[in-house]
Amino acid sequence: MPKLEAYRDVVGAQTLEELRTLARYLEGKSVLHVNSTAVGGGVAEILNRMVPLLCELGLVATWDVIKGGEAFYAATKRFHNALHDDAQEAMPEDYQVYEETIEQNFARLRLDAQIVFIHDPQPAALVKKRRDSNNHWIWRCHIDVSRPHPQVWDFFKPYVERYDACVFSAPAFARQLSIPQVLISPSIDPLSDKNRELDRTEVTAVLDRLGIPTDKPLVTQVSRFDRLKDPLGVIEAFQMAKPYVNARLLLVGGSADDDPEGAQVLAEVRELAQDDPDILILSLPPTSHVEINAIQRASSVILQKSLREGFGLTVAEALWKGKPVIASAVGGIPLQITHQHSGILVHSIDGAAYWIRQLLRDPEYARRLGENGREHIRQNFLLTRHLRDYLLLFLSLDHPGEDWIHL
Amino acid sequence: MPSLMPRAAEPFRFFTRSCLTLMTGRKAKDLNELVDYLKTASEPVIYQHTHRFLRQHQYLVPEPSNDFAYWTTHMLQDERLGERLAAIDTVRFHSLNDLRRALVSTIEQHLGKDGILRQAPEGKEFHFMSAVQFSVPIQYQAHDLVEFRDCLSKVGIASLYLHIFEAMLRPPLGTNDFSHWLDTSLHETELAGRMAGLDLYSHTLEELRATMIGFIEGRLQELSHAEA
Repeated sequence: MPKLEAYRDVVGAQTLEELRTLARYLEGKSVLHVNSTAVGGGVAEILNRMVPLLCELGLVATWDVIKGGEAFYAATKRFHNALHDDAQEAMPEDYQVYEETIEQNFARLRLDAQIVFIHDPQPAALVKKRRDSNNHWIWRCHIDVSRPHPQVWDFFKPYVERYDACVFSAPAFARQLSIPQVLISPSIDPLSDKNRELDRTEVTAVLDRLGIPTDKPLVTQVSRFDRLKDPLGVIEAFQMAKPYVNARLLLVGGSADDDPEGAQVLAEVRELAQDDPDILILSLPPTSHVEINAIQRASSVILQKSLREGFGLTVAEALWKGKPVIASAVGGIPLQITHQHSGILVHSIDGAAYWIRQLLRDPEYARRLGENGREHIRQNFLLTRHLRDYLLLFLSLDHPGEDWIHL
Repeated sequence: MPSLMPRAAEPFRFFTRSCLTLMTGRKAKDLNELVDYLKTASEPVIYQHTHRFLRQHQYLVPEPSNDFAYWTTHMLQDERLGERLAAIDTVRFHSLNDLRRALVSTIEQHLGKDGILRQAPEGKEFHFMSAVQFSVPIQYQAHDLVEFRDCLSKVGIASLYLHIFEAMLRPPLGTNDFSHWLDTSLHETELAGRMAGLDLYSHTLEELRATMIGFIEGRLQELSHAEA
């Protein structure tokens, strides 16, 4: 994995100097991250890079994962959907399954680091184990909780308020809470396999291996097969645009250990697309980072037609590759795209269809959108900015209530 | 190096700044809600929405604006009030409470004249935010003009922001840290005055850096000529 110094050419010397300066005040501090899956999904990807870099900066960073059975992941998936969308509900038995699984995890998790950093709702109730104020606890919420189902939010809120601070990805996700709420957008790693530069030969080799023809421009959505990513809506938008353009739709998805719904959604997608030879569906293992990278680089237009999003890191990934992106104006996506400047924001299937036509017809305009998008990501959504924000958050924990901290 | 060049007993120590953004969970969908919360919001909230814009865009073009002006113009589509809010000279105010009063008064005057209460579309509300500021010492310090010029050319843009913009809100009010030190420690009163007199909004921070270095080099040449 790349060392911090390898980022110098991408982010500049001053950024690295700032990180090292801040980290000096945290040397030796132990930080334990806990989430619900080691592979698949944006959180695992970020932690995979964040933890080694924190260690390189002198912190003692570790990462652990809660374990649960099928019933637990089904329950937390329903919680996840209900926190995203007030129309979704959890089952009455979900709460008990959840509490029991959390109890079982106490036996195997050591939660005595100086900073315990819990990611997302699945392990949120681990804070019950917090006995005193000897260590600090942070809850990092990666999902959009601006319109949660009230009952599910009421279940989680007392747990959330036992933390020292919580972190959200966008201003609109903030809640009325008794603890400080910190705004930290997630990030992409410009040097990871998913985002590093690839030459034309590498891209072609991957596409050949995966059997993706390049005789027509590719319109691509990369996302888990999840209803909230609206893959069926993507197919509909493409089919509306198709009479006007000569292109191929590529739906690339993976699955994560904590998402039991994925297989069912994939089956529905295959069924809807089966009669259309210009729609390709690829289900890739969660470790297919170079493949995703190559597919994004080979695409002419990238879609992210989500119905709800936490942040939508696939948008940042596509923009970083200088690609024109058409994405729904939900969750953290409007933070990444300024409409008609660094990409296209849409609100409907018709909107997505209209802009697919426009961008394929005007490649020069599409190129300019991609260029602006890449610069915006460079300034705001790379891993080094994320790392700096975490260091500042850790430093702030020892100065509760202070507006100015003089180190 | 000119031998007439004064040397300070106390060096200028450069700091850099970092900022962690906090959210209050409060939002406004119209001007009544905006002005109500503005009246009671903490100073860091006022600071965040009047200086954040400046920080984010410091590397692009000068942007004499604030979040209230941006939201009013683009989300409420109220260009007239947006212009008036954008015209408030943020760095002229030596206290955030004075700045708050100016913002509240401008909005209330407008509300008194304009009977229509516009509402932001759903999802475009104004979200009140705050911040924790950090000042962190860095390796650079200067005892005289040559050292000062060399440090000024090396420090990061966040350090420039701290010593030029944020200094205006700290005692001694109304001047930047560089001018204060040049005046009180090196007795370079004229040079200090020239640097304090720069129109901060007409330059990006990189342009301010280059201009200040130009002033210092000019002064160093004067000292060399005087010696000759």
